[in-house]
Amino acid sequence: MKLALVGVSHHRAAVELRERVAVELEGAAALARSVAGDDEAVVLSTCNRTEIYVAAAEDRELEAHATSALLELAGERGEEIAPVLYRLADESAALHLFRVAAGLDSLVPGEGEILGQVKSAFEAGATGPLLDRVFRQALHAGRRARVETAIGESPASVPAAAAALAQQVFDDLHGRRVVLVGAGKMSELTARNLLSRGARIAVVANRTAAHGDELAGRLSARAVDLEGIGAQLRDADVVVASTSAPGFVLTTGTLGGDLRARRGRPLLFVDLAVPRDVDPDLAAFDGCFVYDIDDLEAVVEASLAGRRVEAARAERVVAAEAERFQEWQASLAVVPAIASLRARAEEIRTAELAKAEGRLGRLSESERRLVESVTSQIVNKLLHLPTVRLKQAAAAADGLIYADVVRHLFGLEGEEGGPR
Amino acid sequence: MAELLVWPALVAYGEAALAYAGGLGTPLLRGRLAIWGVRLGWLAQTGLLVVQALRADGFPWGTWAGALNLFVWLVVGAYLMWGCNVRFRLLGALVMPPAAALLIASWAGGGTGIKGGVHSGALLGAHVGLMLAGLAGLTIAAAMSALYLWEERSLKRRDSRLFRLRMPPLETLDRLAARVAAVSLGLLSGGIVLGLARLRSGEFDAAMAVTLVLWLLVATVLALRREVGLRGRRAATLLTGVVAFVAVVLPITHFAS
Repeated sequence: MKLALVGVSHHRAAVELRERVAVELEGAAALARSVAGDDEAVVLSTCNRTEIYVAAAEDRELEAHATSALLELAGERGEEIAPVLYRLADESAALHLFRVAAGLDSLVPGEGEILGQVKSAFEAGATGPLLDRVFRQALHAGRRARVETAIGESPASVPAAAAALAQQVFDDLHGRRVVLVGAGKMSELTARNLLSRGARIAVVANRTAAHGDELAGRLSARAVDLEGIGAQLRDADVVVASTSAPGFVLTTGTLGGDLRARRGRPLLFVDLAVPRDVDPDLAAFDGCFVYDIDDLEAVVEASLAGRRVEAARAERVVAAEAERFQEWQASLAVVPAIASLRARAEEIRTAELAKAEGRLGRLSESERRLVESVTSQIVNKLLHLPTVRLKQAAAAADGLIYADVVRHLFGLEGEEGGPR
Repeated sequence: MAELLVWPALVAYGEAALAYAGGLGTPLLRGRLAIWGVRLGWLAQTGLLVVQALRADGFPWGTWAGALNLFVWLVVGAYLMWGCNVRFRLLGALVMPPAAALLIASWAGGGTGIKGGVHSGALLGAHVGLMLAGLAGLTIAAAMSALYLWEERSLKRRDSRLFRLRMPPLETLDRLAARVAAVSLGLLSGGIVLGLARLRSGEFDAAMAVTLVLWLLVATVLALRREVGLRGRRAATLLTGVVAFVAVVLPITHFAS
């Protein structure tokens, strides 16, 4: 069996080209079925890549078929896509998929979504023995990379950094009250990130009532006037500020009394605005933490640096999985010989038992079962070591020579079983 | 032969301390080595204490060195119960080096030997056991509070390295320190009641006075937390300060009396 991959990714293709070949999951499933025919195909399409994985017997030209399918998707821009396509085969294709699943080929190393996308593509694909194995192992490699290294642990965007900060202070965000000051795009993104971790957007305070009402409606929150923000902070846990005001909106002068009333209960200010909305002196109050956009970007930068260090360790995990896959794939070469050998041995055992039927006739049923069991065990024990050695030889690239020798010695020529 | 169990305990605690300090392997390996060092060391020390209890003529931990041995076991036991996981490895870095050092001191003072013991009955045993368990718990609570103060300071300073250290969340530390302190106060109360029950007139000394002051201060901190919401930095500062003060004063008064 041969494995091949044809794809386009963010490494060589700009978004204008990638969007031409991007397909939804249903489209990916249909395309996989059409490319596969009687063989195997999986289409993995995300915002950063579209890749077609194919597997078939060696004499097929599935790779060419996959290439033309990808070019067809691109339509009139097919000519621009052709030079940025990449093609990989067998171990290289498997290693690539393992790296993709582990997030090592992503724009942000270790990003979390890709593993789910690989799983969905696998489930929607037209898989057989080879692609089933390679995708399952890729998912395993992706999970191992995340469990055994810290590649996916730290935040990789400003909204994620804000949410991670909140978790560093409060642990579980379920039921935590978030107050949004300003109704900008960035504050909505941050609010959605906090929402996804269980927080509750309680209040949206905005100078323009219409914008505040609109965002509050989308987030199932209450809209209030910016002037009354102090009272809202008494019960808040996180404040996300992103107004377009020219100076500080939240100052020690206006909020001092409300913050003292909190008696040191933690309050996290996330200031996404430029110019800043939150007076940094608020951090002097017991339990108050103030982070502006530069601080959050520093968190992201430190996090990405950490991820790059972890990526080197994740690469080792992925390489080990790729080696295991290679051994498995090599063992396929000797599977037909092993199957034939075992079939021949079983044939001889059954025939010899049949010949002895006359003498065995006097045996009771339990004695007959014992004879069956003993002869089967002898056959299995005799064949165990040759089977193991054949698989080892396959892993060391001598498999085909050993398989030929076995066929010759046991007269198995012409008997061919398929790989299992 | 059984007294040799102190060595595997010491080696494992030392290995855990080294791993927590970052001196061994990759972060994941360090975390595993540290946790297994704590577990194996504690098991070895448990074996030592069991043998001491079985073979001693009286209460085996009645001397200062013996009490230190039991105290270390209780501190590490409390750490195993409340904080022995990867996120609390900085707590381990605070707890394990002193634990290893105190066990060495106990060994040097003859507290890990098998023979001997003090003939003072079960009441003394229960009193010492409860007092040491209470002090061990307060040590862990103070270590958590110290960690809280360090993390709170890092967050105030907006130190982005905090994320790479994978610290426990601030509120978790605050909550856990208070819970451990409350349990420890209960144990300490039991120990004090038993101590007072066997007290004869004229025996009240400075060490007992310090213990009562400790009880009073910890009870006040917990009562303020419950009644007026004292928590966070102030509560952590108070708890750390009280335990640090007692850690210095109690041995002095003990040896002086």
